[in-house]
Amino acid sequence: MTDISYREITNNGLWKNNAALVQLLGLCPLLAVTGSVVNALGLGLATMLVLTGSNIVVSLIRKRVSDAVKIPAFVMIIATFTTCTELLMQAFTYELYLILGIFIPLIVTNCAILGRAEAFACKNKVGAAALDGFMMGAGFGIVLLVIGAIREILGSGTLFDNMHLIFGPVAENWTLHLFGEGYGFLVAVLPPGAFLVAGMLIALKNIIDDRIELHRATKRAPVIKGAKRVRTTGTVT
Amino acid sequence: MALLKLTSPHAHTAQSTANVMQLVLLATIPGLLALTVFFGWGTLINIVLASIVAVSCEAAVMRLRKRPVMVYLKDYSALVTAMLLGLALPPLAPWWIVLVGTGFAIVIAKQLYGGLGYNPFNPAMVGYVVLLISFPVQMTAWPAPLPLYPDGSSAPSLWQSLQMVLPFLNAEGIDAFTAATPLDTFKHNTGLLVEQLYQKDPLFSRANWAGIGWEWANLGFLAGGCFLLYRRVFTWHAPVAMLGALVVCSALFYDGGSSSSHGSPLMHLLSGATMLGAFFIVTDPVTSATSNRGRLIYGALIGVLIFIIRSWGSYPDAVAFAVLLMNFAAPLIDNYTLPRTYGHKKSRRATEKATEKATEKKD
Repeated sequence: MTDISYREITNNGLWKNNAALVQLLGLCPLLAVTGSVVNALGLGLATMLVLTGSNIVVSLIRKRVSDAVKIPAFVMIIATFTTCTELLMQAFTYELYLILGIFIPLIVTNCAILGRAEAFACKNKVGAAALDGFMMGAGFGIVLLVIGAIREILGSGTLFDNMHLIFGPVAENWTLHLFGEGYGFLVAVLPPGAFLVAGMLIALKNIIDDRIELHRATKRAPVIKGAKRVRTTGTVT
Repeated sequence: MALLKLTSPHAHTAQSTANVMQLVLLATIPGLLALTVFFGWGTLINIVLASIVAVSCEAAVMRLRKRPVMVYLKDYSALVTAMLLGLALPPLAPWWIVLVGTGFAIVIAKQLYGGLGYNPFNPAMVGYVVLLISFPVQMTAWPAPLPLYPDGSSAPSLWQSLQMVLPFLNAEGIDAFTAATPLDTFKHNTGLLVEQLYQKDPLFSRANWAGIGWEWANLGFLAGGCFLLYRRVFTWHAPVAMLGALVVCSALFYDGGSSSSHGSPLMHLLSGATMLGAFFIVTDPVTSATSNRGRLIYGALIGVLIFIIRSWGSYPDAVAFAVLLMNFAAPLIDNYTLPRTYGHKKSRRATEKATEKATEKKD
């Protein structure tokens, strides 16, 4: 696994092995905090930060820890980064920290992070591990963001509401009201909406993959109908 | 010429899905008539709108799934879903309520699970619940029964009803009168004895048993249900168990008609969606339990749940929630109520633990 190319790592993290759509890891935050773009972006960034940090450190100490204490050590590292992120969010985006609440400390239990430490970081060099952490985090964050956007549009008819919680006063009037005031489709904001949207995204990804595969197959040398292979063995009478 | 001689039993061909669905559609007519007589054109408009949406959604999904469209449209199942949802929705609900509910029922609750026969939940009830939790204001505004319209106002004509359903036609700003349903009235009753309530509220004082309009709609569905029973579309087990459980619960908690009473058994039987649920929803062959014993348990638990949610829940009626909850449980019920093959008495070795009797015999 050591000779994996950076390009492949990127492709794996963002698409082919996407944490949310393919591995279906970290579903708890995926379903719980994607009611709006701002929540999704906040948690996506936090997860990405923790994932990158933990991957780097795990990769650095990979030759020093024995198999017996590997998992507890990884959990300690992840918990450390989660605490750092939590403190950072308290310092800079306090309101968002209050909204996300328990889901920030819960990043520790996100199996996507421990999964990457175990499956990739502890077997690879620092550079590759860092990129893997970043790309896996980015892939997860993008899915979070897309689900957040869809649920916000469907559920409350707005987009980029409350973005000033992350970007400061500049973003005060970024809110777009797509269907006018008074619109609301509650089921999209409630938990069933998250399951529905996540399911649709997974279906969409599978469709795109199928199309790509079909496209590739047609690009290969076309088989001429009725053509036969030249006979190479036996005797022709 | 020698005629082929056949001895009994003369088996009929099995009823086709389309045939059953047509019978169900036919059986809703008495209830539909009662709803139309007492609440105006709204229900009919709901059903027409829902049918259009349901058939187009079904056709669109079938095209997407690359299946023959007409074959699936001809089984009438989409129309039955539309009919049941149209009956359940409040008359004169805005058009988009019907659109969202029916679309959700057909596309997500039915077709995404694989179409007719594969859906674990009753599509019409899923559509109803999605609407109820998403748009509580529109979904709890039930129009007043026509006989209770204030003096000087007449029942809305078909054109006026259409204008209320399609607001872009409604230039004159016509509005419907809404009123509390019998179940609403009991939910919000705090200080009156049941007897006083029945005398004071015209909804009850001008009715025979359980709320003007509602009792006839429910009796209509009861008649339709009896017709379906007579035609052997379903067995009596699930509806009777559900109604029985509801009667037992409401009798136990009737509390002698005090102000904290949750209503008499008769009121529970003949108001809300009780009869529609008992004969048209609970009997859905796809989403209910399959064996007769299973259906008894399934129906009874739905009846108990309906009473619990009606009495102590925050929604006035509960048929949809109760049915969906029990749809979840139907496979489990099936697992424990699998009938033994005809002629066999010993417990099934593969799937059942040996009963105590059997083990005693061995000893």
